[in-house]
Amino acid sequence: MATWIGLKFDPEGLFSGIREGRWPDEIMNEKQGTWDVIVIGGGHAGCEAAAAAARMNVRTLLITHKWASVGEMSCNPAIGGLGKGHLVREIDALDGLMGQVADFSGIQFRLLNRRKGPAVQGPRTQSDRKLYREEMQRRLQLQASLDVVEGGVNDLVVEDGSVTGVVTEDGRTFHAGRIILTTGTFLNGMIHIGRERVPAGRVGDAPALGLSERLYGLGLKLGRLKTGTPPRLRGASINWSILERQEADDVASCFSYLGKGAVQPQVACFVTRTNARTHEIIRENLEESPVYGGRIEGTGPRYCPSIEDKVVRFGERDGHQIFLEPEGLDDDTVYPNGISTALPADIQAAMLKTIEGLEDVEILRPGYAIEYDYVDPRELLPTLEVKKQAGLYLAGQINGTTGYEEAAAQGLMAGLNAALVVKGEDAFILDRADAYIGVMIDDLVTKGVSEPYRMFTSRAEYRLSLRADNADQRLTGLGVALGCVSGERAAVFEEKLAKLESARSLARSLSASPSKLKKAGLSINQDGVRRTAFDLLSYPDISFERVCEIWPELGALEPAVAEQIVIDATYAVYLERQAADVKSFRKDEALVLPASLDYQTVPGLSTEVRLKLEAARPVTLGQASRVEGMTASALTSLLLFVKKGNLRRAG
Amino acid sequence: MGLWNRFGMETIYALASGRGRGAVAIVRVSGPRADAALSALSGRSIGSPRLAEVRKLFCPVTGVMLDEALVIGFRGPHSFTGEDVVELHIHGGLAVIDSVLDGLGKVEGLRPALAGEFSRRAVENGKFDLSVAEGIADLVDAESAAQQAQALRQMRGMFGELCEGWRQALVKALAYIEAEIDFADEDLPSDLARSVEPLAERVRSEMQAMLEDRRGEKTRDGLFIAVLGAPNVGKSSLVNWLAGREAVIVSEVAGTTRDVVEVRLNLGGHVVTICDTAGLRETDDLIESEGIKRARAVGEDADLRLWLTTGGEDGEVPSEGSRRDILVQTKADLMETPVSRAICGSSPEGFDISVKSGFGLETLLEEISRRIEDLYGGLEAPVISRARHRSEIEACVASLIRGLKLLSQDADLSLVAEEFRLATRAIGRVTGAVDVEDLLDVVFRDFCIGK
Repeated sequence: MATWIGLKFDPEGLFSGIREGRWPDEIMNEKQGTWDVIVIGGGHAGCEAAAAAARMNVRTLLITHKWASVGEMSCNPAIGGLGKGHLVREIDALDGLMGQVADFSGIQFRLLNRRKGPAVQGPRTQSDRKLYREEMQRRLQLQASLDVVEGGVNDLVVEDGSVTGVVTEDGRTFHAGRIILTTGTFLNGMIHIGRERVPAGRVGDAPALGLSERLYGLGLKLGRLKTGTPPRLRGASINWSILERQEADDVASCFSYLGKGAVQPQVACFVTRTNARTHEIIRENLEESPVYGGRIEGTGPRYCPSIEDKVVRFGERDGHQIFLEPEGLDDDTVYPNGISTALPADIQAAMLKTIEGLEDVEILRPGYAIEYDYVDPRELLPTLEVKKQAGLYLAGQINGTTGYEEAAAQGLMAGLNAALVVKGEDAFILDRADAYIGVMIDDLVTKGVSEPYRMFTSRAEYRLSLRADNADQRLTGLGVALGCVSGERAAVFEEKLAKLESARSLARSLSASPSKLKKAGLSINQDGVRRTAFDLLSYPDISFERVCEIWPELGALEPAVAEQIVIDATYAVYLERQAADVKSFRKDEALVLPASLDYQTVPGLSTEVRLKLEAARPVTLGQASRVEGMTASALTSLLLFVKKGNLRRAG
Repeated sequence: MGLWNRFGMETIYALASGRGRGAVAIVRVSGPRADAALSALSGRSIGSPRLAEVRKLFCPVTGVMLDEALVIGFRGPHSFTGEDVVELHIHGGLAVIDSVLDGLGKVEGLRPALAGEFSRRAVENGKFDLSVAEGIADLVDAESAAQQAQALRQMRGMFGELCEGWRQALVKALAYIEAEIDFADEDLPSDLARSVEPLAERVRSEMQAMLEDRRGEKTRDGLFIAVLGAPNVGKSSLVNWLAGREAVIVSEVAGTTRDVVEVRLNLGGHVVTICDTAGLRETDDLIESEGIKRARAVGEDADLRLWLTTGGEDGEVPSEGSRRDILVQTKADLMETPVSRAICGSSPEGFDISVKSGFGLETLLEEISRRIEDLYGGLEAPVISRARHRSEIEACVASLIRGLKLLSQDADLSLVAEEFRLATRAIGRVTGAVDVEDLLDVVFRDFCIGK
């Protein structure tokens, strides 16, 4: 059970669960304490980081401005999607929180790309914002080894070059050798609505200026990004009856491998469109927009443009789709997805009222744009530890990413790695062939970002093997070995694995000659080669049902097990082809470049390449190969130099 | 994903010595199937490692004898690469080299090595000691600088432009497919993936047309001209005359295993190998008939054929001359009335020459140059000039064919995308415009093969 150290304890209900928890007055009253890992920030990265470190059984403290905001979905109340859904499954496979919390709070589950193949299907759900937050908070409370304190962190404590703790704004000191910073857009954050500018993190949260100075002082390379959010609408003011509905799937595709279907009632989303009149208002007022008025410099995401951007860049289109998404079951707030804007509030209202169904709409909160500094993630090791500040980890939006899932995945990995250092164990790094998490972190620490980084399935070279359906088979075993997976999940996993294994060997043991298969009505090359049931399942035109007709014993498999076998068979040929790729990819990943490598002493490197390598300080030869501007000869020189070092050591 | 990477355990082969120069050429095979390759060509696996043996090599498919070679087998790790290695020391003629390389290509599990791939394997298997490693580091630098310049020259040409165009077309096609996958929930045109079919189909057909056009490789490896005709018609005299022209001679190799004499010339900027052959006639002599058989085979393979006859005599000439054939009347000095022909030195029936008087020889050379230009010229024309490019474009076409088929069947879009990814990567390896992730691919490609 977590313990709670409330600074700004609010007895009015938000902390109802806490009264049942342990409440050690002795800690509450102290101005300091010592933990192994401190996580600063209670967003999606912070929650996973804190929970992961605590699952590893190291003493963990989560420091958040406001407990009531922990687990808040500050933008779109939805989890998952393409690439993102893969990330959530992977987080869940390592026993993270996001999948189970999303399953609990999901109010419109949909499996995207249902018809396009299992490798690129992504689960997604609308979540009830309040239920999500509450469930996240409840799970944190239940987490052993985790303490939570409310407070604003003002600075890090650094002694002899190592972080040893943090100091809060009210002067308390908390000690830990590992600090994970998950503070989102707090660095020099600036909100824009029309011509108004407000320094802030999210609306209502004070930016953490003191901590900024510390980070700037480390000499980290920073960049500036921008993102935006749409206005929030009052549901009762929308004319739903004339709008197109988008229903949830009949059967929910859960995020968690422990999930057993939707918990909450499922609701519909609605679809409407902007029109010529909307666009006219936007065009007339472009000068009022902070971007087009030249008041924003940060780079926004190309895949998530504001409505102003859409109108300017795709002027020929007569309308843009808007999804009206409910924020909760008993919440009348509606999130209009697709109309992020930073125009002045009155113009937002005028623009919205031109849209079908929104003629009388009431805005609860205007949309806005936010600009913020991010730390160039090339300043980080693959463990997300800052290269220039041992003991300090960064996770989430501060690293230039966007999205809850991306943040949560980084938080998880930072939490695990911080705990591993505490325990004196090896780092836990997933590579590009292991997981989307590995792809993302490698992209971040190797290439940096030029716009807010979001996961797409197309970023994964080994997409056919990194599927949402097999994240547990890829990662849960690793998690068990690491010690971050609960006994319950480990047992479920073992059982599933055993069933899959016996089903696989069954499907591979049943075989028939082409002539027999022809008699069974299958068109097979009469080449005399026997086909196994597994072989047949890899043919796109042969269904599982047809194969069951030949071998009825396959029909006895559990549907979920059968489905997994069919998916495995679908990709088997491609995965065999890919196996050699993966093997040699890992060979280069395994070739570790010493952290102390002096690139000056490597013969044959051009000055340009040497500077790039010195800046990037890749951890492996594989990572070096992905550093921008690397040349063939430089890599060869590097390879030979390192091999030479090995020879010398061996000799 | 690295190109170094792509082929971890495959068996590779390549010409390890310089191409087209020298009496002996060395073909190296490395990898787990090196032994199997030797068996396929010579009928026996490696005998005693590191012991040279003379063996006859045969085409593993047709059984035709390719050459008699000195064969040395090495068992890993005691080899250059640390893997099983077979070295075939064969005769240096281009035809022999090509036939042996072709033969190896027909052995299952073998593929041509990428540039520098032998060295890469050697490095990985720890076969270089300190001093060697340092030497190679310098060499790699020099190699890649030189090869980069060469690649740049090549990429400026029309071939480069064409490949770049293909790459861009395929990148676009792949992007559309990926968009349909990654932005399924967005307001995209319907059937985005299907919309790339015409574009991809165009690239595929253009690539296939280019694959069928072997002019580029001819330009690089040189053309092969056979001098054919009845005994004593003057073939050797012509070839010797050509060989005696210091200005054009490149090298002279007396074929010992086949009864042909090769002279390498530079004709109008084209490297040309002219082959003298045994005289064609009916014979019962076994040895002679073997020579004639070879002469005919040489004629079959030749890019250009000079059919020699003497005036008045009926030699063996093709009944229907193709653009590959040039008819030549030799010993024009002996002819009775070469008057009308003497004016221009040529006639619809052929060219009159006299090696003795020098009559008509320059005209014949001009005609040969003209035909070469006609048949294989157009240096500016976009042509594939390297076997490596050919195999990448072949891989690209194969992926496109599979991808387009899957697309037309409305199959799993992730599989369609996978094929297009493979196609894009293949063309990217030709243009050199490779993603950052793929950078390792470049390393040993620009590094000399078979070093």
